Amino acid sequence: MVWMTLSFHHHNITKRRRRRERSCDNLAMHTGEGRAMEDSSISFIACHECDLLLREIALEPGRAAACPRCGATLYRHSTDSINRTLALAAAAALLFLIANIYPIFGIESQGNDAATNLYGAVRSLWDQKMHFISTLVFITAIVVPSLELSLLIYLLLPLTAGHIPAGLAPLMRFLQGIKPWGMVEVFMLGILVALVKLTDDFRIIPGVALWSYGGVTFLLAAVAATFNPRDVWTCLEVRVREGKSP
Amino acid sequence: MKYYRNTAASLGLCSCHVCGLVSRIGAETGGARCPRCATRLHTRKPHGVEQCWALLIAAYILYLPANLMTIMETGSLISYRKDTILSGVVHLWQNGSMGIAVIVFIASIVVPLFKLLTLTWLLISVQKRSTRHPAERTRLYRLIELVGRWSMLDIYVVTLLAALVQMQSLATVKAGPGAIAFGAVVVLTMFAAMRFDPRLIWDPLQKES
Repeated sequence: MVWMTLSFHHHNITKRRRRRERSCDNLAMHTGEGRAMEDSSISFIACHECDLLLREIALEPGRAAACPRCGATLYRHSTDSINRTLALAAAAALLFLIANIYPIFGIESQGNDAATNLYGAVRSLWDQKMHFISTLVFITAIVVPSLELSLLIYLLLPLTAGHIPAGLAPLMRFLQGIKPWGMVEVFMLGILVALVKLTDDFRIIPGVALWSYGGVTFLLAAVAATFNPRDVWTCLEVRVREGKSP
Repeated sequence: MKYYRNTAASLGLCSCHVCGLVSRIGAETGGARCPRCATRLHTRKPHGVEQCWALLIAAYILYLPANLMTIMETGSLISYRKDTILSGVVHLWQNGSMGIAVIVFIASIVVPLFKLLTLTWLLISVQKRSTRHPAERTRLYRLIELVGRWSMLDIYVVTLLAALVQMQSLATVKAGPGAIAFGAVVVLTMFAAMRFDPRLIWDPLQKES
């Protein structure tokens, strides 16, 4: 196996996130017999959706590089990604904790009232013998989001101080694997639909967690937009090159 | 337009699916690991097409009970109704919450069906080594990966309603067997989409360059 050295080759073909121009002649590599491979000043990436081999280019902050062939977003240059993601993840974790402790909303009808938080709902469904649904909701709305946030904090906090946390590579892989299963934003929409369905028959008492979920949804979207795994890998790579094991 | 240049695979290179590092892999593709993050390297997702088919067929089978069986039972002192996904949407529409009805209709009916059909088409076109519309097919794949998760909406709604109304003695809401099948369809199609490798769409183009 050959290490491809990551260094930025300068070309002025940066792209705006929205107005993406396809300039394949600059980005795509014109290889002969893989000769360019040996040039250590150029680094290569392969598009994860069409496998086109491309030369990396430096981007201006806030811009993204797109594959000239299939249009996939290859990578972004997000300013200060590690610090900002850490801040956002910490805020999201705090709000997520509040969202899980306090009731989402309560209902009241003829003197009877009831309120529940998410875990209570999961427990109640489990008691109604709907084990599969209960587990599914428990994993996608509680376990995965909390794992995701705590892993981000665990990984990024040492990195801001220049240390490499133990198990960085396998944990990053794990984080990438569980990511599609965190569905807080879908749950947020579920809360709204449930509210509408209940307003006909009950009086709704909004709970603290209702607002917290709104905040968490917003913050998680911000985390996703800010987090740039490439920066983490670059940190690891610098360390590997210095001769310390990952 | 001459787009078809070299792919990493055609040059004996492989990009790590976790960290993105491109490294050279020899003839033995089996045991190679990424030098940066130690992830096992694969040029293409191993057995992706077969696994995707298996998951997809399972999802098709469960799609029927998911749509035909009761997803939610609602009972009160004066009324009792059983709802499938579609009748739930119709009920919402008739009660005047048209916006919500449209959202639920898209998330629970349009998205799963669209996902099943698109994946089937993608798999067939990949197996036929079709060279037509690769960019559009890739875009479709990107779309189903993006929207698939929103089908979980109904599961969350049922969970919240069942839990809240249960605690309150005058009415009952219960999740029905259709909800289990529906949840399984969502999970299976999500796994199926993950096992599909969009790079296979572009591979047949390689020979034409």
